[in-house]
Amino acid sequence: MAELIVYGIVLGSIISLGAIGLSLVYGILRFANFAHGDFLTAGAYVALFMVTGVLSWIGIPDNTFGSLSFGWRMVIAFPISMVVVGCVAIALDRILYRKLRQKGSGAVMLAMSSLGAAFIIRMIILIIWGADSLFYRPGLMRPALEVPLGIKIRPDQILILFVVLFLVVLLHLFLKKTKMGKAMRATADNMELALISGINTERIIIWTWGIGGALAAAGGILYGIDVQLHPYMGWNFLIPLFAATILGTIGNIYGALIGGLTIGIAQQVSTAFLLPTYKLAVAFIIMILILLIRPKGIFGKE
Amino acid sequence: MIILKAEDITVGYTEVDILHDVGIRVKSGEIVSIIGPNGAGKSTLLKTIFGILKPRNGSVTLKDEDITGLNPDKIARKGISYVPQVENVFPSMTIQENLEMGAFIRDDDYSQRIDEVYDLFTVLRERKKQKVGHLSGGQRQMVAMGRALMLDPQVLLLDEPSAGLAPVLVSDIFEKIMEINATGVAMIIVEQNAREALKMAHHGYVLAMGRNVLDDKGEALLANEEVGRLYLGG
Ligand SMILES: Nc1ncnc2c1ncn2[C@@H]1O[C@H](COP(=O)(O)OP(=O)(O)O)[C@@H](O)[C@H]1O
Ligand SMILES: [Mg+2]
Repeated sequence: MAELIVYGIVLGSIISLGAIGLSLVYGILRFANFAHGDFLTAGAYVALFMVTGVLSWIGIPDNTFGSLSFGWRMVIAFPISMVVVGCVAIALDRILYRKLRQKGSGAVMLAMSSLGAAFIIRMIILIIWGADSLFYRPGLMRPALEVPLGIKIRPDQILILFVVLFLVVLLHLFLKKTKMGKAMRATADNMELALISGINTERIIIWTWGIGGALAAAGGILYGIDVQLHPYMGWNFLIPLFAATILGTIGNIYGALIGGLTIGIAQQVSTAFLLPTYKLAVAFIIMILILLIRPKGIFGKE
Repeated sequence: MIILKAEDITVGYTEVDILHDVGIRVKSGEIVSIIGPNGAGKSTLLKTIFGILKPRNGSVTLKDEDITGLNPDKIARKGISYVPQVENVFPSMTIQENLEMGAFIRDDDYSQRIDEVYDLFTVLRERKKQKVGHLSGGQRQMVAMGRALMLDPQVLLLDEPSAGLAPVLVSDIFEKIMEINATGVAMIIVEQNAREALKMAHHGYVLAMGRNVLDDKGEALLANEEVGRLYLGG
């Protein structure tokens, strides 16, 4: 059981990265971006393209660090993929969502169009990489470490936790300490007053998409390292992402973090009683329960 | 000297005109109060002056510069600040952060200005780390005014600063408004509390159904029998 909780925290931390981005975007634009899951997928595959393609061609050594399953190539590919997917998210807003907003389309219309965008991203990945599962380093299995309580955990998983922690702390400092971060919170709080205060809210929206896309990419890569890559990986994350976001109160990024960990732990622990194929159903049931009992989430004001 | 004037303003939210040829003038250092029944278009006039609504006809002039149709951030840079009637704070942010957002477009060191705002609203200084959403209505109104003062405006637009406040707090807020005015800031105040608003005002305007009805010195409007009967509740 302790082991399932630890695995749940690893999975949950990945869900959190996606949920935080989803929540940030919702906080400012008030619509559910169904393409967010596919940002995770895009991130994982952009990193794959870097690791097995570009970085190999330019001769970056294919080493691994100690007992981890990756090396310099991934260290370089990781931030590049975050930037690329951040730009994809921004571009999607400029080309599609912003146009719809300007035409006065409602939240439902925007959510529908995001379903279309999700489909397109997935199809592009399917066309380029095919429908099979892929790995950053096929065939390499690192032995798990034994830690107290009889928990087996792979070094990769420990690193995943640190990477997520690092990114969350970085985001926290950005939102609390920098002028742009504060302006972002102000815009989420009251967009009209932000405009009145001279904040360029269009620029804030661009930053929000960029950060949301980059965090999703990070989540996708970490999942790829932990498990595998698959064109539907992000789409399958969508329900846990929404469950985490709603549980943690939509628009609240700290809530999204807690929500992500909760959903991840619930999903993993459920495998002690249910077939692993029911993991998604577990996230779905939690989401329905929150919507019924406390629709505004744990941090919501009634 | 006339610091701000709006002339022949015709504007609406949809195709329907809400204001018809409305005009208003503010001399530097003056308090101008706008009174009139609900739905007269008082808030609409402030929104138009601040560039949130673009007038179909008419002009807004600050000193000698035509600022008609500029966006709010441009107008804020020119020296006008605006406190909306509702939703005029960032509730999930602290008092200090609300003031910082008021200074968003300033690139210089504004710590002294924050100090001055805290000197004016001393209760805010004690709570600067508190979230504004947790404050009382009166304190929230102070935060809203403080945010607007951060740019050191020449003209301050206040939309119903006393709305929803307990009577004791109303006089507090009016006192603060007088203090701000004493530092040389000209103001346009829209008020339901018409009698009090006219007492403070150098000049008053009566608006009804989107049109200018009357304007005169504050005390003259107070003394006007018809104004008393129609707009000041007898
Ligand atoms: N956002 C809006 N969209 C459409 N009509 C509006 C809006 N705000 C106000 N109005 C209309 O404009 C008119 C004037 O409103 P307002 O300027 O708020 O009046 P006042 O501030 O004098 O009470 C009213 O008839 C109101 O219904
Ligand atoms: Mg009004």
